[in-house]
Amino acid sequence: MLRTWRQRITFTDIMIWAIGLAIVGVVVVGTIKTLQSGKYEPSVWLDLTIKGLAVGGVYALIAMGYTLVYGILRMINFAHSEVFMSGPITAVFLANALAQSGFLNKQPLLSMLLITLLSMAVSAVVAMLLERIAYRPLRYAPRLVPLITAIGASFFLQYTFRGLYGSGFKGYPTVTSLQGTWNIFGVEVFKTQTVVIIGAILMMAILYAIVQWTKIGKAMRAVSEDKEAAELMGINVDNIIVFTFALGGVSAGAAGILYILLFPIVWFYMGFIPSIKAFTAAVLGGIGNVPGAFVGAMLLGLLESIGPNLFLDGLGILNPSQLKDAIAFIVLVLILIFRPSGILGERITETKA
Amino acid sequence: MKRLYFTLSVLMVASMVLTACGPKVIPFACTDAIGCVDIGPTDPVHIAYLLVVAGPNETLGIDSRNGIEIAIDDSGGKIANHAVKLDGEDGGCSAEGGQSGGTKLAADSTIVAVIGTSCSSEARAALPMLSTAGFVVISPSNTAPDLTEAGNANNYPGYLRTAHNDKIQGAVAAKFAWEFLKVKNAATIHDGSLYADKLQQVFAENFTTLGGTITVQTAVDPNQTDMSSVLADIATGQPELIYFPIFLPAGGLIIRQAKTTPGLENTVLMGADGLFSPDVVTAAGDDVEGFYVSSPLLTGAAYDAFVAKYQTKFGKAPISIFHAHAYDAFMMIKAAIEKVAVVDADGTLHIGRQALRDAMFATKDFSGLTGVLTCNATGDCANPTIGAYQYHKGAYPPELVWPK
Repeated sequence: MLRTWRQRITFTDIMIWAIGLAIVGVVVVGTIKTLQSGKYEPSVWLDLTIKGLAVGGVYALIAMGYTLVYGILRMINFAHSEVFMSGPITAVFLANALAQSGFLNKQPLLSMLLITLLSMAVSAVVAMLLERIAYRPLRYAPRLVPLITAIGASFFLQYTFRGLYGSGFKGYPTVTSLQGTWNIFGVEVFKTQTVVIIGAILMMAILYAIVQWTKIGKAMRAVSEDKEAAELMGINVDNIIVFTFALGGVSAGAAGILYILLFPIVWFYMGFIPSIKAFTAAVLGGIGNVPGAFVGAMLLGLLESIGPNLFLDGLGILNPSQLKDAIAFIVLVLILIFRPSGILGERITETKA
Repeated sequence: MKRLYFTLSVLMVASMVLTACGPKVIPFACTDAIGCVDIGPTDPVHIAYLLVVAGPNETLGIDSRNGIEIAIDDSGGKIANHAVKLDGEDGGCSAEGGQSGGTKLAADSTIVAVIGTSCSSEARAALPMLSTAGFVVISPSNTAPDLTEAGNANNYPGYLRTAHNDKIQGAVAAKFAWEFLKVKNAATIHDGSLYADKLQQVFAENFTTLGGTITVQTAVDPNQTDMSSVLADIATGQPELIYFPIFLPAGGLIIRQAKTTPGLENTVLMGADGLFSPDVVTAAGDDVEGFYVSSPLLTGAAYDAFVAKYQTKFGKAPISIFHAHAYDAFMMIKAAIEKVAVVDADGTLHIGRQALRDAMFATKDFSGLTGVLTCNATGDCANPTIGAYQYHKGAYPPELVWPK
């Protein structure tokens, strides 16, 4: 028993464990030192946690686009960042028009609904066009081909929107009724962050329900299992794929509006960073898995938000905030080392991979 | 046969005599230490730019290029009776962009002078190549102190600037904060760029000398959107002022998020010329109210006339702040070329590269739009007055508040 166990362990395994343990050690020491120094009030940690959950919710909705498309086509839609950008960058015009007419502050709920609907519609249309023009002709091409096409499509869309709306930065108006804080169970929480968290959870629940409990969701899962068999069972695979892209687009459009509630500045390049994070979240949770994307995104949002202050501040590292991306990606590396299929990931079998 | 030799030799002697007595056509011999540019009778004088003319910071570079174009118009499109050819590369306001743009320009030996770069990070990457290529490089908007610091590794021969050195801007910002805003402690944020890092350092040094306290000097990533962790860190020091001489979008996001960070609701926010742009008003929305920036103070009849020309040519008021600096840079190059160029009878122009550099550095009492310019030995030519401005929501340009 001991002999076989010792034979299975290789030098690489030991190295990987050593790296993992070193990182965990740094995190633990940093955390203890930060907490001992007492630099931050407990309320600051609470604020950062809630902000992290809000950002995580946005990542989760963007990650849905990656994970749904991956589940069905086994391809990474790298142009999804532009699907995400297209919604809010278009809806900003409606938002500013509503703000100027005074309607936004008279009817905040209706206005936000209109803005969100526009954003969702634009993102969904862009996603469907993307599928029709860039991916469908290449469906049976080798797997690298659509990947490169996706990157090309991403640049094309970025610069199309730059041409349409200009390269400047545009700001969303502030909704007066969403300013300030609510007192929830004795805790002061920013209204915008609460709305974002609730909105993201609601949207995730709707998406999960569609995939799990509707007829078209069943068809999606069937296509994901086996395209040919699904086709033989009378499922129109093309329609299902278009629907999947549309669903990813709607989710990205909603994410865009939640995103601008937190960071109210839009420009043509805004999609890149949040989407790369959302992609990380999808891999973290197990790509192709809907609840996995949610868990991964929340975890990533939290780590990014409290990580720099909690892990690095106590170690006396200068400018910890600049290293938040490093924290996010180190977590990704750790997860990939110890659980290559992600937190909730399915064990990918040979036939599927 | 003999006859032929005779005729030939007579012809040869005759031609030698004729050449000697005719109009003086001594072929130009280049004696310049780093070579000459020869411009044929009908060829244009090639001036290149390396500015950020695409991407998120493009208003900065396009504004400067517009200034150059107006300067060319004002010169009648000519330098020393040769047409001017203006082209260039995008520098992207980054070290990578400076590297690739600089490589392309350095390979073109017809270039006499380069106007650029827009950002100090670009300059750091591009200058080694542009300087070795023998060009005169004059920047309308680099402000990092080390670029013109004698003995510094980033100070290259042939580099000058019409933009102010941040030693001046940082000092003025500190004085403004201490005397006008009357704040006693401040925090600074930079974004890792050469410009922001040096500027906040100069500010911090001057502010401390005046008697103030710097609670923290921290940094964000230029692409960062969530500023909550850095703002929470700053809030623990309870500063009265946050000084962040960075760019958009990070600068705009700090303006918007500081208002909702507990402990920072009433903290005064201040940036520098990197945040002097109409985009700040659109990006920061209502939160822009009360935001201060420091920026060169441009006044005078000549400047007003320039703005009128800008308005006519481009259909809008200047979109950034370094248009007049670029105008002056072009005019200085023109004056220097006309001073050193050797003109042949057929109109061919010979410009010694070292001679041109010397002429540029010898610029003295040059009357430009940005003031009366005199270059020092390391290439600082600006004679700046820095003012402090305050933004009000929906209004651009911001209101000048200091000096009144």
